[in-house]
Amino acid sequence: MITFENIFETNRMITENKLDVRTITMGISLRDCAHPNIDKFCQNIYEKITRSAEFLVKTGEDIEAEYGIPIINKRVSVTPIAIAADACRTDSYVPVAEAMDRAAKEVGINFIGGFSALVEKGFTNGDRILIDSIPQALATTDLVCSSVNLGSTKAGINMDCVREMGEVIKRTAELTRDKEALGCAKLVVFCNAPGDNPFMAGAFHGVSEADKVVSVGVSGPGVVKHALEELKGADFTEIAETIKKTAFKITRVGQLVAREASRRLGVPFGIIDLSLAPTPAVGDSVARIIEEMGIESCGAPGTTAALALLNDAVKKGGLMASSHVGGLSGAFIPVSEDEGMIRAVEKGSLSLEKLEAMTCVCSVGLDMIAIEGDTSAATISGIIADEAAIGMINNKTTAVRVIPVPGKKVGDVVEFGGLLGYCPIMPVRNAYSSEAFIARGGRIPAPVRSLTN
Amino acid sequence: MKLVVTVVGKDRVGIIASVSQILSENNVNILSINQNIMDGFFNMVLIAESTEANVKLLDLQKALKAQGEAMNVDIKVQHEDIFQAMHTV
Repeated sequence: MITFENIFETNRMITENKLDVRTITMGISLRDCAHPNIDKFCQNIYEKITRSAEFLVKTGEDIEAEYGIPIINKRVSVTPIAIAADACRTDSYVPVAEAMDRAAKEVGINFIGGFSALVEKGFTNGDRILIDSIPQALATTDLVCSSVNLGSTKAGINMDCVREMGEVIKRTAELTRDKEALGCAKLVVFCNAPGDNPFMAGAFHGVSEADKVVSVGVSGPGVVKHALEELKGADFTEIAETIKKTAFKITRVGQLVAREASRRLGVPFGIIDLSLAPTPAVGDSVARIIEEMGIESCGAPGTTAALALLNDAVKKGGLMASSHVGGLSGAFIPVSEDEGMIRAVEKGSLSLEKLEAMTCVCSVGLDMIAIEGDTSAATISGIIADEAAIGMINNKTTAVRVIPVPGKKVGDVVEFGGLLGYCPIMPVRNAYSSEAFIARGGRIPAPVRSLTN
Repeated sequence: MKLVVTVVGKDRVGIIASVSQILSENNVNILSINQNIMDGFFNMVLIAESTEANVKLLDLQKALKAQGEAMNVDIKVQHEDIFQAMHTV
């Protein structure tokens, strides 16, 4: 029996602590859209996306109103375009991105992900065309998100792709320089990318997924912080227990929304992604949870341990609350999208290097970090290689979404708007060159721990 | 389905009367009411059965929200399942 207190607790989480469901994402397979003629292929994918997701936004809005829980984003992820479009006789997939963008606008979603390639072991012709098309595709579309998986624990790291992605990120920044290099905010480089991640910019519909699935990403850093505010001086056992209970409650709401969305859309339920996704709004920050545990400013010694505890407790609490858990499932630390992280960067307590350490214990990686526009492609590739190595060796997903903003220097601030937030330019402290290392190319062999059979 | 109506705001005469009148007009049956005043603030949880209702949930939400604004209180109407999901295993 639910009580008076239960009801007010739920509604206080929603109104005061900014509890929301971050996204309902419909994954759509485009494997049945292949055609040698690219115009025909674009028509096929436009029709399949608009037909499949016709009622996605309306359904999301109905659930939002009936249960009184905000659902911030309604999104679509599709089969990596490098796979779906591999049969097209063409040298550019930019028209495919434009067709995705038109379809996304037609159905009214916030973003569409899947302008992607999975190249951890090597490139097909389609992979190469896709990677070459990324800068132009992101410059000419509004809602398309792109990702490239260039490493995995099973396959090692494709260092040719690491080198190329440094250059692709630079070109993307240049082509979108009039919008503070916004194109780079829609481009993620992964190691061990999951095929069922509902969060952007890295969402794509994995090749082993069903024709269509609905997955949900939960949120709720504000709720966790609020719960910890009542535990001043408590030991870590109590902190972990409280986070687990809170994560359970948050995830149960996500599970309810996912079940309802699945039923109403007639599309199978995929997974719940147990991530604490922050926003730039005050009171919705992962950094502030870490500070609530007793770290004066995020990035100070102890931050990594605090984040490890948080990340683990969220998973333990969320696991029992959902029938299928997947995606990224962990605390996100996107700098520009987290009010506390932004403050910590401004104060000088949080550096790129500390963030790299933090990525060892949480999802996902160096995320939404603005750096100087004249940072070299090789340095960006070096950052990607380091992050991919952390993912490969630790058997976890890692990612890089850095934004080298043209013309900006340390001390400047860039504004991306909306949920993407704003960020002071962060220094890449060690300015020594990675050029010769990145120029080698080839593959970093799969680690010993890949041999599990 | 069961609905949970919550009302929060500064206390005044007639809050329960006006909420129950709207529910009655729409053939929504009240199952329980739990209400108290804390520091001059009115808190109420009302559980209602809407199976026989002659109104859609979204329209009922709008009507009660408008009434709440007129009385300077916040009125929410939610499907009961969100509370069941969060607080029961």
